[in-house]
Amino acid sequence: MTSPVELLVVKSVRAVDPALGLDAEVDLVIEHGRITALGAGAGPQPAKSERARVVDGSGKWVLPAFVDLHAHLREPGQEYKEDIRTGLAAAAAGGYAHVCVMPNTKPVNDTRAVTEMMLRRAAEVGGPRLHPIGAITVGQKGKELTEMAELREAGAVAVSDDGVCVMSSAVMRRALEYAKTFDLPVIQHAEDHELTAGADMHEGAVSARLGLRGWPRVAEDVIVARDLLLAEYTGARYHLAHASTLGSVRLMREAKSRGLAVTAEVTPHHLLLTDAAVIGYDTFCKVNPPLREEADIEALRAALADGTIDAIATDHAPHTSLEKDCEFSYAKPGVIGLELCFGLLLGLVGKNGLTLGRLIDALSTRPARIAGLDAPTLREGALAELTLVDPEARWSPARGSLRSKSDNTPFWGRELCGQVLCTLSAGRVVFDRSGADR
Amino acid sequence: MTDSRLRHLTSVRDLDRAAALRILDTAEAFLEVTRRPVRKVPTLRGKTIINAFFEASTRTRTSFELAGKRLGADVVNIGGSASSTSKGETLRDTVATLDAMHADVIVVRHSASGAADYIKGRTRAAIVNGGDGMHEHPTQALLDAFTIRRHVGRLEGLTVAICGDIQHSRVARSNALLLPLLGAKVRLAGPQTLLPHDAAALGAETFTRLEPALEGADVVMMLRIQQERLGSALLPTLREYARTFGLNRARLGLAKPNAIVMHPGPMNRGVEINDDVADGERSVITAQVESGVAVRMAVLYLCATEPGQPIGSE
Repeated sequence: MTSPVELLVVKSVRAVDPALGLDAEVDLVIEHGRITALGAGAGPQPAKSERARVVDGSGKWVLPAFVDLHAHLREPGQEYKEDIRTGLAAAAAGGYAHVCVMPNTKPVNDTRAVTEMMLRRAAEVGGPRLHPIGAITVGQKGKELTEMAELREAGAVAVSDDGVCVMSSAVMRRALEYAKTFDLPVIQHAEDHELTAGADMHEGAVSARLGLRGWPRVAEDVIVARDLLLAEYTGARYHLAHASTLGSVRLMREAKSRGLAVTAEVTPHHLLLTDAAVIGYDTFCKVNPPLREEADIEALRAALADGTIDAIATDHAPHTSLEKDCEFSYAKPGVIGLELCFGLLLGLVGKNGLTLGRLIDALSTRPARIAGLDAPTLREGALAELTLVDPEARWSPARGSLRSKSDNTPFWGRELCGQVLCTLSAGRVVFDRSGADR
Repeated sequence: MTDSRLRHLTSVRDLDRAAALRILDTAEAFLEVTRRPVRKVPTLRGKTIINAFFEASTRTRTSFELAGKRLGADVVNIGGSASSTSKGETLRDTVATLDAMHADVIVVRHSASGAADYIKGRTRAAIVNGGDGMHEHPTQALLDAFTIRRHVGRLEGLTVAICGDIQHSRVARSNALLLPLLGAKVRLAGPQTLLPHDAAALGAETFTRLEPALEGADVVMMLRIQQERLGSALLPTLREYARTFGLNRARLGLAKPNAIVMHPGPMNRGVEINDDVADGERSVITAQVESGVAVRMAVLYLCATEPGQPIGSE
């Protein structure tokens, strides 16, 4: 692992940290892994400046580093798709200082042993901080609760059976109550599996035409509605994974208006693509929950802008070509997202009322709070966890250029707006292309 | 598209009106061939056709096999259980293998929607969709159009009622695209549980009762009810289905007096169609089977004689 930054100065950079109400051109000084000065002309002492690395930040932005609430790094068990080393490298290149990883590994992360193994492995490879999410139920089978106290002690930041919905209302009630005991948020993959049996894509005009079985919006909405009632009844912390429907948005908005401790996330692909992208049976557009319609995108974007949806999560889900280059119905659902998220979403600022401050909040501060982490901040004295970006960069991801082991994304060749240049996590540089030619 | 060339046929969307009519007109000539004492022409001599049927089928496979043989082509059948897919080979590898054997045409039948489109981009052979999942069955729609044209005399201005399990039917999807292309109006009818949620997206008028769909129809096409739909909360009983959605002589009285009755087969007699109608003077169900061979001869001929492109060349 690299050592903390000794002395780094970023000159004339636009620093934006909505949590501090900060948006100003500054010089930023990082010493021994901490932000020691931030302000106009806050350069280092002349004596120190010779060993300082100085980066010209003009035209660039420095932001609190990103926090992903929802990634699948596939280790242990499916290292042929991704592993903790490549997954964290991808995260670093995407501007992330923290990555929360879902428990649907092999074996499932439903025990202290798996949680500890993940953390040990992450410490070995360095890079962004990894935070395991433990399973809600043993083996994600929806029956018996996991040892949540132990999971938390070992380092788990939340519990989820992601990929599988906790279908039983009774189990969900007890999971919320038990997780509350240990102050763990419960993250739900909201899908009534009986309503989605055999489903391949969103149920609508496109599925009717393509002859693919439909995953109706209502399969998400009925679970969200039930869960919000249970969250209210138990007073527990509930977090909705990858919201995809306008119905979910409406239900969340209503619940939040009554002050419930509920939160939600949305993925880049659900903010950008509709089910029309599936025409031609493009398996890179097969995701769960599925790509929906224009009306859902509008509702999700508005909800992101007004905070009804708290966080942006990638649902980074690597799969190999063997699992994607096949019949649509046999293809595994999921897309990779860590490296492209920022470049995909910066262009949404100014649309549907989304401000730059809210975008950064949703990428960094809010998800950190949901996971109970110290949120990355540009405050003087704070551990340096920041992302330097070039907001003007226009680039197109080329196949083979990303750090993930897998290449399942529908966004190859799409023009992206904004590029991550440098990422610091826990005071260390975990990604740096600030000096490289582009 | 100004000419009506046919390279692949995976969907009715591959066709414009001229291309569809060219197939039907070509099929007229081949129908004559199939009625000769010696039912064989040397048109595709030296060509190889592989019937890759990853899903079990007797009628469609036999029809394609006869069509290929009557054109003089070498025809090989790969059956569902005999194929490598049952040994765990990927479709990608199976297609690469077939491609290396220099097939001119691969006819694909597969249980997954989109399988024919998937194969299309991965071989030099022309791909003909012999039915993919719930997606399409374009040669069935073409043979239906051909049969209608021969028995009614035209397609323009006709009203065709397609009744039954629309949601799971590739036949309905292909007909809902093809018949309007040729000037006919399509009605789709079935209980709500067997209609797609967005049935209007299929471009036809939809009905949840049989009677209004039949009213004034020129053609009544009944679809097979799959037994496996029962007990899955889609349908309570065959008895109730027969009573509410089965075609009998009385219900057929709602259609035009000279309306014809069709069924892609195999029929469930006494369920979606009664004997008195299936065997009645207005039934063209066996004529559909005869048309099937002629239409598939036309499709194979047109696909096999268009120049193939080597993989990787532009």
